[in-house]
Amino acid sequence: MERLLEVQHLKKYFKTPGGMLHAVDDVSFHIEKGKTVGIVGESGCGKSTLGRTLIHLLESTDGKIYFHGEDITHVDKHKLRKLREHMQIIFQDPFSSLNPRMTTVETIEEPLRLTGRYGKEEIRELTRKMMETVGLDERLYHAYPHELDGGRRQRIGIARALILNPEFVVCDEPVSALDVSIQAQILNLMQDLQEERNFTYVFITHDLSVVRHISDEICVMYLGQMIEKCGAKELFENPLHPYTKALLSAIPIPDIHVKRNRIILKGEITSPVEPKPGCRFAARCPYCREECSIPQSLQDMGEGHMVACGRVKEINR
Amino acid sequence: MESKELLLSVKELAVSYRTSEEIVRAVNGVSFSVNRKETLGLVGETGAGKTTIAKAIMSILPDPPASVDGGEILFEENDLLHMPEKEIRKIRGKKISMIFQDPMTALNPVFTVGDQIAEGIRIHENVSRKESEERAKAMLEMVGIPSSRYGEYPHQFSGGMKQRVVIAIALSCNPELLIADEPTTALDVTIQAQVLEMIGNLKEQMGTAMILITHDLGIVAEVCDNVAVVYAGEIVEMGSKEDLFDRPAHPYTNGLFAALPSLAGDQKRLKPIKGLTPNPANLPEGCKFWPRCPYATEECRQENPGLREIGPGHFSRCTRKSQEGC
Repeated sequence: MERLLEVQHLKKYFKTPGGMLHAVDDVSFHIEKGKTVGIVGESGCGKSTLGRTLIHLLESTDGKIYFHGEDITHVDKHKLRKLREHMQIIFQDPFSSLNPRMTTVETIEEPLRLTGRYGKEEIRELTRKMMETVGLDERLYHAYPHELDGGRRQRIGIARALILNPEFVVCDEPVSALDVSIQAQILNLMQDLQEERNFTYVFITHDLSVVRHISDEICVMYLGQMIEKCGAKELFENPLHPYTKALLSAIPIPDIHVKRNRIILKGEITSPVEPKPGCRFAARCPYCREECSIPQSLQDMGEGHMVACGRVKEINR
Repeated sequence: MESKELLLSVKELAVSYRTSEEIVRAVNGVSFSVNRKETLGLVGETGAGKTTIAKAIMSILPDPPASVDGGEILFEENDLLHMPEKEIRKIRGKKISMIFQDPMTALNPVFTVGDQIAEGIRIHENVSRKESEERAKAMLEMVGIPSSRYGEYPHQFSGGMKQRVVIAIALSCNPELLIADEPTTALDVTIQAQVLEMIGNLKEQMGTAMILITHDLGIVAEVCDNVAVVYAGEIVEMGSKEDLFDRPAHPYTNGLFAALPSLAGDQKRLKPIKGLTPNPANLPEGCKFWPRCPYATEECRQENPGLREIGPGHFSRCTRKSQEGC
């Protein structure tokens, strides 16, 4: 298996009047080609910032990003343009991510035109094919975004992101704005395209059943840090971190015969501005002890199941 | 088991939105009832008409463009649709109250949260300012916010806390009926669990009946007694929670269940419902679901099947004789 993307100790801080906001704080992981890594967490945990930093929509504060083994942490404009052909993003909100003054066909073909490598005929042919692939009707060629519903707009966003055949795609909550019947259509489409073209996805979402369905591996984030990482199946069958346990137990399941022990967490996510050292989940953790005030790092609990909790062995005895 | 006492009954409600260009038929002949202390779930996708039904019950539809084209809404045997505004004001916020989807916009940013809770109490309960303040503080404590935060403004609260304030406002006058319109959709899942548990406990304590509007079948499974599935402004299936989850009959209900990714993660591919929800300004003839239905026949295209009782209290709007294998 080839490592397509790897990040080491990635940090992204933002300056705020109250001090430094640690949006992404020392995150390391890698993705193999053709696989999907899911990033889950609640609002404000830094998952979108991480996704954007990976593809240089945001410049990282510290740490390293490798693409095909090459260090791309700091690249100049020229190089970045080349890289972007291989790294794309699908945004959450199909209502605000499309230019309202561009028609379907203009939006989708723009990346092709910008490369300067394709002739008029070729562009038209590739665009037509792409629209067909993502299930956009021919009659929508010259439609503007306001004429289309959310599902169709999201298909345009996907078509635009994928038309250059990128190797790596960050999907930032691509189905969160859609109804379940449409959500299923889009998820299937993304899986089909991955099988066909061997795309590599980072799939960012707060919806745990979606991430379970689409990911090979899942990373759970809390306040800028990765607190648990393992295979998708393993995470749902054997969550080890107290936050992951609470998170999974909180999902409402559409089955009236399942009885579950719900872990209701106290309080809410604390501020990411100038966080104290130590476990960031400590304030809400039912197992919090004094020793949790020292920084926690990911440790391997066997077969690559990584957990950042000092008491993990005691808790899961 | 306690005897059931009817609280609200909606009969053949029809609501449309009229603009200069088109008529949007949002609600088309919806009937259901809610008994005291029971929770009814209204489930459906965007644009199905769920929120319009709720607003009609609250008499807060913006008119124009909305117009109620027919039907009755009987609350404690009085028709809310033909009641003078003065009378409705005595009921709205007092006997029937509503929790809105987005706590960020439901609160007034220039008043303190305490004042916003106290306002309703003062208007409806005819009590002094001081007493209304005290009761508002008690409400804050009830929803898990320290009463010392009475004088703070909405922007000083997080999303989950704001939704608690909205819930405190809704429950401040001990309503008979609470309408909760996607009360946790804007919240994170751990906060959603907190809020749902709290709503459940308070409802239990106060004996309030509830209409819960949601698109999340997981929440329905947890919270509701009865369920009505809404599609294109019509109820397509209605029954007890057991009917809906164990014996779903309508192809749309089945489609919704099949489209959900499962946490067990045993499915390779999802089964979406083909096509899109119909444009309510241009609804199909016949059964409104036929263009997306895998079982549609010529008959379905021509005639809208009415709701048929297929089991005690279990209704489905589908003509298929055998519902097996749906």
